[in-house]
Amino acid sequence: MAKEAVPMRVSIDSDVCIGAGQCALTSPDVFTQDDDGFGTVVPGREDGTGPLVREAVRACPVQAITLHEATEESRA
Amino acid sequence: MTKTVAFPQNRTCPYHPPTGYPRTEEERPLSRVTLWDGRSVWLVTGHAAARALLADQRLSTDSTRDDFPLPTERASAVRRRRRAALLGWDDPEHNAQRRMLIPSFTLKRAETLRPRIQETVDRLLDAMVAQGPTAELVSAFALPVPSIVICDLLGVPYADHDFFEEQSRRLLRGPTAADTEDALARLEDYLGDLIDQKRLKPGEGVLDDLVARGSGDGGPERRELVQLATILLVAGHETTANMISLGTYTLLRHPERLAELRADPTLVPAAVEELLRFLSIADGLLRVAREDIDVEGTVIRAGEGVVFSTSVINRDAAAYSDPDSLDWARSARHHVAFGFGIHQCLGQNLARAELEIALGTLLRRLPGLRLAVPAEEIPFKPGDTIQGMLELPVTW
Repeated sequence: MAKEAVPMRVSIDSDVCIGAGQCALTSPDVFTQDDDGFGTVVPGREDGTGPLVREAVRACPVQAITLHEATEESRA
Repeated sequence: MTKTVAFPQNRTCPYHPPTGYPRTEEERPLSRVTLWDGRSVWLVTGHAAARALLADQRLSTDSTRDDFPLPTERASAVRRRRRAALLGWDDPEHNAQRRMLIPSFTLKRAETLRPRIQETVDRLLDAMVAQGPTAELVSAFALPVPSIVICDLLGVPYADHDFFEEQSRRLLRGPTAADTEDALARLEDYLGDLIDQKRLKPGEGVLDDLVARGSGDGGPERRELVQLATILLVAGHETTANMISLGTYTLLRHPERLAELRADPTLVPAAVEELLRFLSIADGLLRVAREDIDVEGTVIRAGEGVVFSTSVINRDAAAYSDPDSLDWARSARHHVAFGFGIHQCLGQNLARAELEIALGTLLRRLPGLRLAVPAEEIPFKPGDTIQGMLELPVTW
């Protein structure tokens, strides 16, 4: 098996999110908006892989998205 | 001796930033400009600094503060005493207002509105073509498209459009401060009456939803509801109308770019994003510092005014290569045409859908579209309001 990249985890702080939809616009494979309009990670895509995820993080007007190295706990 | 740079200034060409704004490397990211009332404030012109500052809640949008920079006597007459809903408030009040509206302005909601937007665009173009082959595009197309769409979404009767379009015009660029105050009062009276009617006989628009939440219980009070309705209605049609008229004018002045779009309609979404960057029609965002803020070594002091020229910011060569050229292939992403931070445009997803459909369909339906008079003769809006064409005579 090829050497794996460091596992990542992406999450959105819904207390900070203003529902601008920029994450879902930029990287619709990984982000969507829930019924209340808040950004959310598409189930199964919490590993934050995808070429446009970093662009989506940058596009968020309120920096509500964090992309960080997965800890043992969050990988579970 | 330092020269005094006025803010705002008129554009010389409707799609380029005012030539008198500071744009050199040394003048980025911050320089000093002077407002109509003689006050000296900071002008933000650097892209990275603008994004950082617009996201920085140490800057306030409270226009009732004595130290808030207002760009005209007209704006001062209205906004010094009464702040607009959403944009005039900082968090936490702003956040409470915005959260009531987010579900109505999602990407999904904009997608579901596309068929209705397409119908509206088709119907208006049918009528224009039937009366053609010349037309005044602002009144025949650019203004009615977003006006009909926002009426539909909010639950405002489009039959009243002559009234509210006229009050919006006076509010945004009336001849005197008194005229602007009168326009706002009339608009608020009209929307107040409409909201009272909706209490008795609810419909299906966003305003009906807000009314249904009731006051108390987390829902908005009548006064707040009227102010929200006012900003949604005005922002919902004026901005997009200007993007359609100025976008069309800009395309007709760039025949090679226009040909590329006609040859490959899949470029339309990228073209809309690039036009948003290139045109930056909301070219004067306003803030005041609540605390000292260090910006790349320069300190903005508490109480100082800060204004943002989005057109200059979106043409920062550090962010976009060859920034003064219109280029569908570039990534226009991360422009600040919709602002940035907590006040970033609530309606941006709807605006993109409207612009893609309006401009895409206009080009497809009228392959011979061209200006009906020399470009230099076509009037556009002064620099102290949202940028766009006053008229756009076209033929095909």
